[in-house]
Parts: sequence; structure tokens; C-alpha cells
Amino acid sequence: MDCSIRRLADVVVAAPVGQIDHLSAQKLQEALKPVLDEAAAARTSLVLDFAGVEYISSMGLRVLMVAAKQMRSHGARIAVAALQPIVDEIFDIARFRHVLEVFPTVRAALKEVSEPALAAYDGAAK
Amino acid sequence: MKCIRFWGTRGSLPVALTAEVVRKKVIAALRGASGRSFASDAEIEAYVDTLGMAVAGTYGGHSPCVEIETGGSEYVLCDLGTGVRPFAQRAMKRHRPASPQVYHIFMSHVHWDHIMGFPFFTPAYIKGNRIRIYGAHAVLEEAFRRQQAAPSFPVDFSALGASIEFVHLEPGRSHGVAGLNVNLMLQEHSGDSYGYRFSSEGKTVIYTTDSEHKLADLAETKRFVDFFSDADLVIFDAMYSLTDTISIRADWGHSSNIVGVELCHMAGARHLCLFHHEPVSSDETIARLLTETRRYEEISRKGNPLLVTAAYDGMEIRL
Repeated sequence: MDCSIRRLADVVVAAPVGQIDHLSAQKLQEALKPVLDEAAAARTSLVLDFAGVEYISSMGLRVLMVAAKQMRSHGARIAVAALQPIVDEIFDIARFRHVLEVFPTVRAALKEVSEPALAAYDGAAK
Repeated sequence: MKCIRFWGTRGSLPVALTAEVVRKKVIAALRGASGRSFASDAEIEAYVDTLGMAVAGTYGGHSPCVEIETGGSEYVLCDLGTGVRPFAQRAMKRHRPASPQVYHIFMSHVHWDHIMGFPFFTPAYIKGNRIRIYGAHAVLEEAFRRQQAAPSFPVDFSALGASIEFVHLEPGRSHGVAGLNVNLMLQEHSGDSYGYRFSSEGKTVIYTTDSEHKLADLAETKRFVDFFSDADLVIFDAMYSLTDTISIRADWGHSSNIVGVELCHMAGARHLCLFHHEPVSSDETIARLLTETRRYEEISRKGNPLLVTAAYDGMEIRL
């Protein structure tokens, strides 16, 4: 499982790719650690771009839960965007929509979280 | 082992259907029958069979009690929730008081919902019956004596007529009881609980209730995967949603349907039976939980299919 990180103004967009199962969940946790540390220091928000995530297990959801708690404890926002249909189903079955704000696209998430980040996103898309 | 019979499947607290809920079920069944005609009782029954548990049945409300039918003459039970009362009624119909029986009872733990049926377990009052209560808790006997002490109950434990023995089991060792090979394992639950692995005649059944599985520690996960390994049936505490178990109900000592599927897949188990239902869950809620669990099993499957069912009071699973 790979996870790319990019910064758009005051938002970090993390984009894991592949299956987040019991073994790869730890990789996601390691990839998110510097992002969460940065959020604690600078109150940046985090958008998880899940367009490339094919599956997530209970361990993966636990990593997201810990991330959500940590972000909120620093007054920072966290959202997830662009769920594939299978992952969308898993979120429903696990009742995980109570934990994270879910948006249909990264753009929709940025629009809700940060205007400067949205402008940076739209600028990069041109 | 021939059969597993569920006498109580509800967690924490027994519940009962209300008149309002029964009325809604009847209305739904009649609405579904609108415009149909039935020429015989068989046709009516065939129609009722299409309605599902939420309309034509109920998952029941007794607290945990599960019977293992070994094929032998001695009875084997897991836990003594209120489900033991209908079990006792059936046993009493089968055997006259002058015909002494042996009852082997394995206790997951001694929280109230798992022992509260015992004061109403009629065979305990009958001289000649032999009752052996097995468990790993040091407080096993004390818990049973205390719940029948004044002022909580009118008949003291010391007044029971049957021969009642408490047998301490060591986790990690194999024990032979009533033709079964029995192993037990410590589980995460307030005050500890123990899961059981029963094997005989090439069949294996796991009884694991009141157990929280965080899966965060790979070594701990492997311990359970090994314990569940190649089981024909895993009776699993699926009381809460995954989100509840890792947020507001973390450390409450229960597990979820999702973790049940994942552990069974890793262990190569063949049948997952959702158990210890949340008392506030309606029949519709449990039926939906079952549908969703089957879907999650399909999504996450990498090997052989895992059969998923939801336990209900009166359910029988042939092995």
C-alpha cells in the first residue's frame, strides 16, 4: 500500500492506494503520522483521497478512527473523499459515517474544509 | 457432537416482544398477503416462510444459554442465562424426577446475564441430579451462591437438592468432559471471560462470547486465529457495530460482526454465528445486521466461503 501526500494551502491531502488490510494498515498509520504531527503543530486539516483504495479492513478503520480523534483534539478537521463503491459499503456496514465526514470528491471536501485549499486545487487543475 | 441448540442469544439483559411489535408484524404479514388466496395450511405456511425473521419470527430475548448435543446421555450447556429455563422445561418433560441426569455446564464468566437463569433451573432442585459447573474464575462458586442469598432470592443455594460441583479449568490445557475435548482461552472482558473450543468426532465448535477483539496486536490476533483454527462453527459475540467498539463502546468488552468475519476468515472457519445480540436491537435490526455481515463476508473473502447466520432462541445447527 502506497500513500502519496500533497499540500494545498492549509490542507494536507493524503492518497493511499491499494488494499488496507491487517498488514498494510500499519503502513497507513506510519504514512499519516507526520501529517498528524504537522496538524497538531499548525492546525492544518487533512483530506483523505480514497479514490485508489479498493478495500479497508477493521484495522484500517481503526487507524482512521485514531487519526480522527487526534485531529479533533487539536481543533483540526479531517474528511475522506471519493470512496470506491466497495469501501463505501464497508463504511455503511461498520457505521463509520458517524466518525468521518465523507464527500463524493476531493474537490467537494476541500470546498467544505478550506477555501484557500480549494483555490489551490482548482489552480493546479487548470 | 451432533447439534448446537440455542436457548438464549441476547446479551446483557433479557428482553421480550411487546404487544405493539407483535401487532406490527401481523399487519406486515397481512399486508403481504393482500390479494392472495390460500387453499391449505401448507400454502399458508409456505407464504409465512417467505416473510423472514423480522415479520414472521423473532430472534428472541433470553440471555445466553447454548446446548451442545453430544449424542451421549449427559447434557452439556454453555452459560446459564435465562435461556436455561426453557431448556430445563424440556429436560423435565423428557425425564421424570426419579430419573437422575447429569448436566455439564461451561461458564464463559459470571456476569449477571450469564448466571441469572440458574435459580430457575429446575433440575438443580431435584435430588439425584448431578450438576457440574466448569470455569476458570476463582469466584465461580461465590457468584452462584451470592445470587441466591437473601435478600436477592427466596431459596438459598444450600437448599438445592441436586449434587452441585464447581470444577476449575486451567486455560491452555485440554480437558475431557462428556466425550468432548475442551480447551479454553482468556478473553478481554471486564473481570475476564473465557472462550471455549469443543472438539469431538472430527467436529469443532468455538463458543466465544463477551470478548473484545481489538486486532491491534498481531500476536494477540494470532492467538485467537489459532484458537478458532479450522472450526466448523464459531459462536461469536457481535453485540456492537465496529464503530461503536472502537469509539464510544471501546473497552466495554464486546465485539462486532466485522471482526467476527475477519477472524473466521483468517482461521479458516466454516460457519460464523452472530450471538449475544444487543438488547435494544429489534428483529429488523438483527436481520439487517445479518444481511450486512453476509455482504462483508463476500467483500472480504479471499479463500473458501464462510457461512454466516444470526443465532435466535430455538435455533438448531446440525454439525
